[in-house]
Amino acid sequence: MAYRLGVDVGGTFTDLLLFNDESGRTFRSKVPSTPHDPSEAVITGTRGICESAGIAPSDIEDFLHGTTVATNAVLEGKGARVGLVVTEGYRQVLQIARSLVPGGLAAWIIWPKPEPLARLEDTVEVPGRLLATGEEYRPIDEAATRAALEQLKANGVEAITVCLMNAYVSDKHERRVAEIAAEVFDGQDITISLSHDILPEMYEYERALTTVANAAVRPVVGRYVRNLESELRGFGMSGRINLLRSDGGLMTAKKAQDAPVNLLMSGPAGGVTGALWVASQAGLHNILTLDVGGTSTDVALIEDLEPRLVRNTDVGHLSVRASSLDVKTVGAGGGSIAHVPELTRALRVGPESAGAVPGPACYGKGGEQAPVTDANVVLGYLPESLLGGSFTLDRDASVAAVQTVADAMDIGLHEAAQGIIDIVNENMFGALRMISVQQGYDPRDFALMGFGGAGSLHSNAVAKLMGAWPVVVPNSPGVLCALGDATTRMRAEAARSYSKVISQTNAAEVADALAELRAQVLSELAEEGIGADDAELRYEIDLRYHGQGFEIPMPFTGKHGDDSALQALCDAFDEEHRRMFTFNMDAEHELVNLRVIALGQALALPALEIEKGNGDPSGAKLSDHRLWVDGEERDAVIYDRAKLRAGDSIPGPAIIVEMDSTALVLPDHVATVDDYGNILINPSAGH
Amino acid sequence: MVAKLIETNSAGFEKVEVDPVTLDIIENALRNARIEMDATLFRTALSPGIREQGDAFPLIAERNGKMIVGQFGSFIDGFLNAFDGDLEDGDVILLNDPYSCEGAISHNNDQLVIMPIFRNGRVISWAAMFGHMTDIGGKVPGSLPTDATSIFEEGLRMPPVKLYRKGELQEDILKIATHQSRMPEWYRADLHAIVASCRVAALRVNEICERFGEDVYVSATEELLARNHRAMKILIGQAIGEDRVSFEDFICDDGKGNGPFKIKCTMWREGERVILDFEGTDPQSDSSINFYLNENMFKMFFGIYMIMVFDPQILFNDGFYDLVEVRVPEGSLLKPKFPAALSCRTHALGRIFDVLGALLGQKTPDFLCAAGFSSSPHLMFSGFDKTGEWYQLFQIGFGGIPGRPMGDGPDGHSLWPGFTNVPNEFLEHYFPMLIERYESAADSGGAGLHRGGNGIHMTYRFLHDGRISIHDDRWFVPPWGVNGGLPAARSWKRIDRADGSSEHLGSKVDNIDVHEGDLLHYVTWGGGGWGDPLGRDPGLVGQEVAQGLVSVDGARRYGVVVDAGGSVDQSATEALREKLRGGRGELGVFDFGPDLDTLRANCEADTGLPAPRQPVWRNRGAA
Repeated sequence: MAYRLGVDVGGTFTDLLLFNDESGRTFRSKVPSTPHDPSEAVITGTRGICESAGIAPSDIEDFLHGTTVATNAVLEGKGARVGLVVTEGYRQVLQIARSLVPGGLAAWIIWPKPEPLARLEDTVEVPGRLLATGEEYRPIDEAATRAALEQLKANGVEAITVCLMNAYVSDKHERRVAEIAAEVFDGQDITISLSHDILPEMYEYERALTTVANAAVRPVVGRYVRNLESELRGFGMSGRINLLRSDGGLMTAKKAQDAPVNLLMSGPAGGVTGALWVASQAGLHNILTLDVGGTSTDVALIEDLEPRLVRNTDVGHLSVRASSLDVKTVGAGGGSIAHVPELTRALRVGPESAGAVPGPACYGKGGEQAPVTDANVVLGYLPESLLGGSFTLDRDASVAAVQTVADAMDIGLHEAAQGIIDIVNENMFGALRMISVQQGYDPRDFALMGFGGAGSLHSNAVAKLMGAWPVVVPNSPGVLCALGDATTRMRAEAARSYSKVISQTNAAEVADALAELRAQVLSELAEEGIGADDAELRYEIDLRYHGQGFEIPMPFTGKHGDDSALQALCDAFDEEHRRMFTFNMDAEHELVNLRVIALGQALALPALEIEKGNGDPSGAKLSDHRLWVDGEERDAVIYDRAKLRAGDSIPGPAIIVEMDSTALVLPDHVATVDDYGNILINPSAGH
Repeated sequence: MVAKLIETNSAGFEKVEVDPVTLDIIENALRNARIEMDATLFRTALSPGIREQGDAFPLIAERNGKMIVGQFGSFIDGFLNAFDGDLEDGDVILLNDPYSCEGAISHNNDQLVIMPIFRNGRVISWAAMFGHMTDIGGKVPGSLPTDATSIFEEGLRMPPVKLYRKGELQEDILKIATHQSRMPEWYRADLHAIVASCRVAALRVNEICERFGEDVYVSATEELLARNHRAMKILIGQAIGEDRVSFEDFICDDGKGNGPFKIKCTMWREGERVILDFEGTDPQSDSSINFYLNENMFKMFFGIYMIMVFDPQILFNDGFYDLVEVRVPEGSLLKPKFPAALSCRTHALGRIFDVLGALLGQKTPDFLCAAGFSSSPHLMFSGFDKTGEWYQLFQIGFGGIPGRPMGDGPDGHSLWPGFTNVPNEFLEHYFPMLIERYESAADSGGAGLHRGGNGIHMTYRFLHDGRISIHDDRWFVPPWGVNGGLPAARSWKRIDRADGSSEHLGSKVDNIDVHEGDLLHYVTWGGGGWGDPLGRDPGLVGQEVAQGLVSVDGARRYGVVVDAGGSVDQSATEALREKLRGGRGELGVFDFGPDLDTLRANCEADTGLPAPRQPVWRNRGAA
């Protein structure tokens, strides 16, 4: 028997999902995360799940891992001390950044001054200059370069990055600096990264930031991965170890150590790939995902079983140029606190969060403010005793907390609780609009999948706002990220700046450039034992109207030398531009970047069907219940998800509970169970 | 209102009770729509000024034209008062003449698009946006002639016209407007982008009405205004006294050797109303530095500053307008008489913010920021390149954010919302120039407990012959410090010619020829310091020396003795601080640096430029 193990490390819990390659059977488990060394929980969890599944660690052929270790290193400033070598006159490239102060007029009064990712003390200049054409304007001053690097050495930097002006066109000067650096740091175990290698694209600040971010997280990720690898090997796990990239693909542990910048969104990407797997089972092609955690909610859009990608990864206030799934995050989660500012008496929810401690009032850990979770308790959406019975929620504490909000607004308890839920749903709706309507997609063409701890409590209400049906409640919504880790495939990507208008180039030239990139990605996959014949290749060209500041990545299928392919590309771009912005321009098309993506074989993983029922869910009924909805108290039923059968049909209002999650079915809606145990919620006939 | 709205549906809107949650949802939805307007614009505009730098401003107003979301307050009102035509469904208005809209936009470069949002035959809302076009014709590339004596020299002058009539683009108007520009493709694309942004707003407003109903939408927008009115009323009562406070600041010169020009404002409260009176401001200038200040726009600036300084949680809209009265003397620099030239108004527009901050904070110094917001420096560079093709750059520069109650001011950042710099690799790819240096100028930020941000030192090397214009200020009157913080360094420009000669350039010049190999140093001013510099942590000063943000000499202004590596000599520092403390008087709220006479006397030696002459005003009759 061969197994795949998906492991997703979150802030509170580390989720594991063990997948039997042949039967499709899954085992899941949750262990508390160990933030001081996340690998501890990974190891503990892995041992545990092997025991409970009754398998040997050696049965695991693939260990697939989503991790926030890189993200946290950036957010908490715990990355390596990086030295940055720049062109003379550009020492403050990260200090000045793009000069942007976020927010509106006068927002500068309250904007905290950020610190650059590579310290200014550790940023040095070298004389020498390339023109925008790549020609040399002034040679590198080798003596000055050596002296600058000696200074970095004296400073005790742990990594060297080089980002010179116009290096996106030519790596000539950066290579020379790297050679000198290798001499200066001879015998020292120090990595040297060049911006030309990491991101050969125009815009010096973005390129420098990306190169520095990569170097800053590299030792942290390297330590983590090596440590994890040796521990896993130590107890007999001999399978492949792969990590989840921000773009939803997998990469080897080795590649992850070299290019950890691609891990910055590894965490949220797992949810999206998990949703992708569930969607294909359920026969759905277009999905909006709603991953509701304690402090925030992540949303993403999947069209025709392809998640949308963006060309940057946002971490805190930094925007790094590395591809990631287009996941938008809003500060609205189960822990978001409701408050009423004195001057306006408006009801605000979040972005402050109650966190794990004290947490919501109902946890009985001393929380007195009213987060969303307490409003869910007051309304009866979260039953007092959660399944498994490990602890009961303190309903009285929730009532007291929400009452403070009600008093401040001079309205009733249930109105206040409903208001809190409505506003947090609205915030989630706002995030979903950003990735759908604002990108020219009609949400009515999509299903909505809620997951994470609280996703299925809110997904029915949010779907009503969006008109996105059905609502999908996947199996084990709490560990969907781990499922995503376990069910996605290898991915490699290579890109370069091109910057030519269509009249300056031709199909043959484009094909040659793409061939070079193709060789790169194929050799990367080859290292992982995937032959060229097994790889699926995709070509992308970022297009814009010449002079525009925003490019759209377009798929490209042109064969060598076929000029009509370029015309077809432009036509497709025009259509996409019209869809997004309602108009086209006369300006010439510009090919901004070229990209080749290689994917490993799609996995033919089986899905496990559940027992068929007769449509009547009463065998799964746990108890009668009362809940508050649409301004009145209503009778409802609580069901145990584990006892539901395929084909069961549950009229709302109802609550469906399982180990780590609770789903709410609203009145005038009906939930049905599909062959694989997914719950699909739709408006009832006539509504 | 002079404009006549043609509404085919004469039914009135019913005032309905809107619950607070729905109200928040509608406000939030409108805010998102505004963000979407920006996103649409930046992605589709062509000129670097708009697409890279963000020089454009959207708004969504309620049915009477009052702004619900936006930044500069509503200009719908001024337009409706001045437009004497009909307006019907599908009409989109274009205008750029400040005199045709009571200064709602303040120079011809800003093209204003106004779109009434109709639904079922009634106006339900308004969308509008203005953006700065790189070129609209006139006597100099960039269309900001410093020496213009009337608006007739400042390029395209468009009264409110219908760019779309009942949904149909009026091609002739677009052709005429586009034809004036040296960069017609940019003009056309940027204008399309602005219209597309307004259409996005219209779409979203309609969706909100679809969801909640028109009566709820209209009632909600009224309640949002009322909510802001209530909040601002309390805030004004708490923060503004009945005693008069005054502040004056200066525009350094008019580009013709005259200056400085005084802007003075006095503020006091009468009951629940605040009066802001510009009596004492100098008369209008003969050049183009006049700023036609729209009273409503100034109310909005006042409101936003109040909110940011005292309670950033309040969301602002036009609701509080009747709590503020703005008085601007006719014929002054801030309300010049037609046809005074207006193109270079950016300096006075910027200086208004320094004046406002100083007025609000001087009775509550803990909330006071130093000077920083002083115009937005521009560089124009144009010519024919080696292939004979015309190129034209309009670039906005940045300076130092001032020292603030919350801490140091960031170096080389933008005080304008949403503005970003143009990446130097972009400049080098599209224009014949090489950026030899792009860094913040050490010591240019005012010393203080909280250091003012440094200005930017940018050095351009021209790779081809061309012509430049410069628009800048704060070269003569320094940006002031507060609460013991010192003034910041002033701006300067110098051109080092390829032939070895060198010349200082004024802050407002046109038609300067540059040649291949010439170097232009364009150095912007820093932000003023906040609080006593002798109280700043010496270790931090030492660190900033090592970082190159403060020099070894500059550290002495903090009373810190440090070596080039940033190591602080503790005992020497204590001694120096003791000495400096003894040698200075009591710290005032403001430190303006030397007085005007001293500045004049030292001008040539300090700046390499002759001192500006005190302006004299002839008796001006009708133009």
